[in-house]
Amino acid sequence: MDITLPILILAIPITMFLVLGIGGVKMSRKLAGVLGILGMGTTATLAYIVAITYFFSGDANFIIDGVRQQYQVFDVTWLAFTQTLVVNLGFLLDPISAMMLVVITTISFMVHLYSWGYMEHEPGFQRYYAFLSLFTFSMLGLVVATNIFQMYIFWELVGVSSYLLIGFFYKLPSAVSASKKAFIVTRFADLGFLIGILILSFYTDTFNFVDMTSNPEGVLASTGGATFMGASVLTWAMVLIFTGGMGKSAMMPLHIWLPDAMEGPTPVSALIHAATMVVAGVYLVARMFPVYCVVDAAMTFICVIGAITAFYAAVVACAQIDIKRILAFSTISQIAFMMVSLGVAYDKPIEGVHYSGLGYMAGMFHLFTHAMFKALLFLGAGALIHAVHSNNYTSMGGLRKYMPITHWTFLIGCLAIAGIPPFAGFFSKDEMLAAMFARHWFWGAWMTMVAGLTAFYMFRMYFLVFWWEENPHYKEHKPHDAPWQMSVPLLFLAAVSAVVGWALPFGELVTWNGEPYHIHIETSVAVTSIIIAVGAIALAAAMYMKKNAFPSKMKNMCPALWTAANRRFYWDEIYMFITHKIIFNIICKSIAWFDRHVIDATMDAFAKVTQKTSYAIRGMQSGEIQAYVAWYIAGAIAIAAITWICLI
Amino acid sequence: MDLSMLWYLVPSVVMFACGIYGFITRKNLIAILISLELMLNSADLNFVVFNRYLFPGSMDGMVFTLFAIAIAAAETAIAIAIIINIYRSIGNTDISEINNMKF
Repeated sequence: MDITLPILILAIPITMFLVLGIGGVKMSRKLAGVLGILGMGTTATLAYIVAITYFFSGDANFIIDGVRQQYQVFDVTWLAFTQTLVVNLGFLLDPISAMMLVVITTISFMVHLYSWGYMEHEPGFQRYYAFLSLFTFSMLGLVVATNIFQMYIFWELVGVSSYLLIGFFYKLPSAVSASKKAFIVTRFADLGFLIGILILSFYTDTFNFVDMTSNPEGVLASTGGATFMGASVLTWAMVLIFTGGMGKSAMMPLHIWLPDAMEGPTPVSALIHAATMVVAGVYLVARMFPVYCVVDAAMTFICVIGAITAFYAAVVACAQIDIKRILAFSTISQIAFMMVSLGVAYDKPIEGVHYSGLGYMAGMFHLFTHAMFKALLFLGAGALIHAVHSNNYTSMGGLRKYMPITHWTFLIGCLAIAGIPPFAGFFSKDEMLAAMFARHWFWGAWMTMVAGLTAFYMFRMYFLVFWWEENPHYKEHKPHDAPWQMSVPLLFLAAVSAVVGWALPFGELVTWNGEPYHIHIETSVAVTSIIIAVGAIALAAAMYMKKNAFPSKMKNMCPALWTAANRRFYWDEIYMFITHKIIFNIICKSIAWFDRHVIDATMDAFAKVTQKTSYAIRGMQSGEIQAYVAWYIAGAIAIAAITWICLI
Repeated sequence: MDLSMLWYLVPSVVMFACGIYGFITRKNLIAILISLELMLNSADLNFVVFNRYLFPGSMDGMVFTLFAIAIAAAETAIAIAIIINIYRSIGNTDISEINNMKF
C-alpha cells in the first residue's frame, strides 16, 4: 500500500490541532468549526479507503489463502538509544487496527458535527475543536502502533487530551477536579503498564507487536522460566500491562475516574468516554492476545476483573439520577463485558470443540457495535440536556412528545444495548455469551444476568426520561428537538446501530488469527438472552412507564442498599480514606517532617551561621578610610613578620 | 666619597613612614593627599636606587619612575577634583565626617 494515505490519516488531525490551537484565537467560530469538521471528514474518508482496501482488495500483502495478514505500512527508527534499545514509529494494518480506524473516524466525525450545534454558545469553541483534533490524532496513532512503546506514547497522549477535554469548562471547580482525578488515576495505572512493557521487552528484546504475537511460545521461552513471588515473570508482565488497560478502560478498582469524567462536554463523553478511548484497554488486550493466550493466569485475572466490574457497574447504574452517570456506568459494564469475552477466548480446544478465539471475535464485534450505540446514547443524552438544561432525569419525563427525533433514536440505542434483535447489540452480545458458555457455564450465566440488568437500567432511564409524567417546568420553557447539526449524527448512528449487526459480516473480517469465522446464532443462548432482556424491559416498563409510588416504596424498603448503590458502593470514600487518612497522614506527613527537619534544617543552618558571622563582623566596615588603612598596614606587617620568621 | 645604597634607602623608609603616619592621623583631606604623595615618592626613590646599584646597565627602573611620576600627577588632579566636590557638598574637608560608605 502506498504510504501517502496512512501518513495523511495521522497528519490531518495533528495539523488541524496546530492550526486551530495556534490560529483559533483569530478565527471566527464558524471558520474554526468548518475547518475542524472538514478536516475530520477528510480523515474519515481516507480511513474508510484504507480499511476497505485492507479488507476487500485481496492484495497479497493483506490476505494470503483467505488468511488476513498483519502488514506494516511503514516502520521507521525514531529513537535509537543503544544497539538493542530502539524505538520505532510506524503504521500497522491488521483486522483490528483497520476496524478501529473506521470506528474512531466515524464517531469523531459525528461528534465534530454534533458539537457545532451543541457547543455553539460556549466560550472557547475554537480551543474545543483543537482538542478534539488532538484527541483523534492520538487515538489513531494508538491503534496503528507497530510496537508497544509507540502505543505507550500515544496512550499517554490520549490521556492528556482526555484531561484537557474533561477540564474544558475550567471555571467549574468540579470539572477541574474531575480532570485531575482522571489524569492521576490513569497515570497511576500507566505506571504498571510501563513496568510491564519493560519486563516484557527485557526478556523478548523487542517492542514490536508482530514479532511478539507471531511467536507467543518464543516469548514464553525467552523468559526462561524465571519467576517472581510465585508467579512467572511473563504473568507479571502481562498482568501489569493489563493494569494500564484497567486504568484506561475503567475496570475495578480503577474505575473511579470515569463517572466524574462526565463533567466534560457531552459530545466529548460520547467520543472519548464511551466509544474510543475507554476501549483502549480492550484493544491492548486484543493486540497482545496471542501472548495472553499462553499465560493462563493473566487470562483468568482478566475474566475475574471483568466479571466483577460488569456486575458492579450494572448495579450502580440502576440507582443513579444523573443520566450521564447512568450511561457512564453502563459503559464500564459493557467494556467489562468485552474484557470477559477476551478473557474466555483461548486458542485451545475445550472438551474437544475448537472454539479458537470466538470470544476474541465477539469482543471486537461488541467493541464495534458498542461504540456506535453508546455514542448514539450519549449524543441523545446531550440533546436532552441541551433541551432541559439539567443532567437529572428528575427534571425530565414525558419528553417523547416534545422531542420525537431524540426519542426514537434513543429508543433504538436502548434496544441495541439491551440486546433485542435485529439491533446491533444483540448479535455481538449473543456471540460473547456463546463464547462464555463454551468456556464454562458460570461465566455465561453470570454475564447473562448482567445483560438482564443492562436491559433493566437502560429502560428505567428511557421510561423515566420519555414517559413517567410531564415535568411542570415545560410550561415555562418548552423543550424541542435539537438543531440539524445534532439531529443528523443521531439519525446516522441510529441507522448504523439498527443495521450493522446483521448487515456486516464481522466474523469474516476480524478474527484473532485472520481466518474467517462464520457467525451463526446459537439458538439456546439467543433465546435465553432475548427472554431475559424482554423480561427486564417489561419490568422496567411496569415500574416506570406511568408515574406511580412503587419505585419509591421499593427504595424505602431497603434504603441502605439504595443509598449504597447511589453512592457507588462508597468507592470514592474508600479512595479518599486511603489517600487522605492513610497515605497523606502516615507516609506524606513523615516525609514532610524529614524534609522540613532534616533537609531544610541543614540548609537553614548554613544560612544562619553565615548570617550570624556577618552580623558579628560587619562593624569592621566602618566607612572610615583611615581605619581600613591601619588594618591593612597591620596585616601587611603581620604577613611580612610571619614570612620573615619562617624564612629564618 | 662613594655613598652606599643605605644612604638612599634610609631616607626613603623615613619618608614612607611619615607618609603612613600622616595618612592615618591627619583629618584634612589635603594633608592626607600630601601624605599619599610622600609614600609614592619614597617608592619612586627605591626604584631609582635599586636600578642604579643592582642593575647599572639597564634603564628599567628609571623609566618606571618617570611613568609613576606622570600617573601620580594625573591621580593628584583627580583627587583634588574629588576633594573640591566633597567640599562643595558638605562644606569642609574633614575625613571624620566622610563615613557614609559603610554596612
